[in-house]
Amino acid sequence: MGAVFKRELKSYFVTPVGYVFLALFYCYAGLMFYVTSLSDGKTRLDQLFSSLIIILVAVIPILTMRTMAEERHSRTDQCLLTSPVSIGGIVAGKFLAAFVVYLAAISITLVMSLVTWIYSSPDWSVLLGNITGLALLGAAFISIGIFCSCCTESQPVSAVICFAALLFVTFLSAIGAKLPFEFISKIADKLAFSERYYAFTYGIFDISNVLFFISAVFVFLFLTVRVTERRRFS
Amino acid sequence: MVEVKNITKKYGPHKALDDVSFSVNDGEILGFLGPNGAGKSTAMNIITGYICANSGNVLVDGCDVCEQPQKVRKELGYLPEIPPLYPDMTVNEYLYFVYDLKKCKLPKLSHLKDICSLTGIEDVRNRLIKNLSKGYKQRVGFAQALVGDPKTLILDEPTVGLDPKQIIEVRTLIKKLGKRHTVILSSHILTEIQAVCDRIVVIDHGRIVADDTEDNILSRFDEQRNVYVTVEGDKQLLRTEFEKLGGVEKVSCTKSKEGVSSFVLRTDKDTDVRRAVFETAAGSNAVILEMRTSKPTLEEIFIKLTENGGQEEVH
Repeated sequence: MGAVFKRELKSYFVTPVGYVFLALFYCYAGLMFYVTSLSDGKTRLDQLFSSLIIILVAVIPILTMRTMAEERHSRTDQCLLTSPVSIGGIVAGKFLAAFVVYLAAISITLVMSLVTWIYSSPDWSVLLGNITGLALLGAAFISIGIFCSCCTESQPVSAVICFAALLFVTFLSAIGAKLPFEFISKIADKLAFSERYYAFTYGIFDISNVLFFISAVFVFLFLTVRVTERRRFS
Repeated sequence: MVEVKNITKKYGPHKALDDVSFSVNDGEILGFLGPNGAGKSTAMNIITGYICANSGNVLVDGCDVCEQPQKVRKELGYLPEIPPLYPDMTVNEYLYFVYDLKKCKLPKLSHLKDICSLTGIEDVRNRLIKNLSKGYKQRVGFAQALVGDPKTLILDEPTVGLDPKQIIEVRTLIKKLGKRHTVILSSHILTEIQAVCDRIVVIDHGRIVADDTEDNILSRFDEQRNVYVTVEGDKQLLRTEFEKLGGVEKVSCTKSKEGVSSFVLRTDKDTDVRRAVFETAAGSNAVILEMRTSKPTLEEIFIKLTENGGQEEVH
C-alpha cells in the first residue's frame, strides 16, 4: 500500500493533473471567499463552505479519472496485480494519495479563516466542523470517483461518469422533492450528499452524518475492489 | 516447481485455453511455443494470477496461485507482453517503486545495481521511461521482473522489439538466469526457443499439441527423410531409375536447366539411399554435382503440429 501511495502522490505532481486540480479549486474558493465574505464585510464562512460542493462536483473527476483507468489502459495493472500487494491495499493507496492532494486543496480554507481572524475571532468549533465536513464529503466523492475510474479503461469516460454520479448524489434531494411519492423524497433526502454536508455548514455536527460519509467511502472502495477482482474471472 | 493442472479459460463462448496441463521443474527453462493467438499470454497471465482460470489450478511450489496469491507472488517475476512501465517515472524511480511494491528484503541499492548491470540499463537509470527506445523499455521490464530475486521467472516474449545483438544478449541472460531460476519463456520465434530452452511445450488453439525436449519432438516426427540430389544427365532416365530404388517413396524434380536437374527423393527414415543414388547415377553416365540429406526442422514440425490443432478445432 505504501509503495502505491507514494507513487500515486508523486504522479499527481509529475503530471499536470495535481496542479490543474489545485489551481481550479483555489481559484473558485478564492472567488467565493471574496463574494461571500470580503465584499460584504462578513467574517462568517458558512456560505463559502456550502458553495464549495459545486466545485467539488466539477474537479473531483479530474483528480480521480486516472487512478484505475490509466493502469488498465497502459497495462501497468499487470505489475500491480501480480505483486504481493492485495487489491484492497492498491485501492487504499490510491485513495489515500488522492485524499492527501484533496486535503492540500481544502487547506486553503484555513488560510481564509486566518484572514477573517484579522477582523474578528471566528467560532473555531464551527469552523472545525465545517472543515471536517468538507474533508468527509471530499473523501466520499473521491471514492465514488475511484469506483467510476475502475469501471472503464478510458480516462475521459471515467471523468464523465464520475461527474454525472457526483451531480446525482448532490442533487438527489432536489430530484426527490419533484417526485410525487413522499417516501421516495424522504429516502432521497437521507441519501443526498448535499443535505448531509449542509448540516455541517449550518454548524451542526451530527455523528450520523460523519458515519454516513465514512460508510460511503468504504462502500465505494469495496465496490472498486470487487469489480477489479471480478475482472480476473471474466 | 510450477504445476499447471487442467486449466480451461473462456472468453465468452471462445475457449482461449482448453484443459491445459504441464509442469516445470526447478531450474528448468521451459519454452512455450505457439502461433499468435494460441493462448500463450492467457496461460502466462493465469500462472501469475493476473487472471483466474474457469477451471483447473496452478500450483507454485505446492501453493495455489488463486488461494495463496500473496505468498506465491513473492516468488514470481513476471514480464508481460507489454512491459508494465509508468512513462512518467525515471528508471530509478520505477525500480525503487517495484522494490517497495514487492516488499523486497534484499539490500536495496546493491540489489538494484546488480539488476541494472545484468540487464544493461545502467546508462539510462536517470532517464524518463517515456523517452527510452523500445529495446530499453523491454530491458527495464526485464529488470522489473528480476527485482526481489524471484525463484520463478515468467517471460512473455522477452525479445520482442530488440535488435539482433540485444536478442543474443537477452538469450545469454536467460540461460544464465536458468541456472538459478525456473524460467517459463513464451515465444513464437522458434530459433529463440531452440537456443534457450530445455523443454518445449507447443500450444495451438488453446490446446497442448506437444510437450517434450527438442530432440524428442524432432525424433517423433522423424519418419521421413529427404535426399536432395543435383545431377547432370538425362532427366527422364534418372527419374525412372531413382523411382526404382528400394525405400524411395516419391521422386520430384524441382529444377531442370541446361541438362542439370535437381531431385528430391523422399525415403523412409531407416533407409539411406545415398549409396544407391550414386551407383544409379554412375550407371547412367550422369554426374552428381550435389547430394545432401535433411531431417525435418523444428520449424516444419511446428507448422505440422499447429495445422493439426487447427483442424481439430474446426471439427
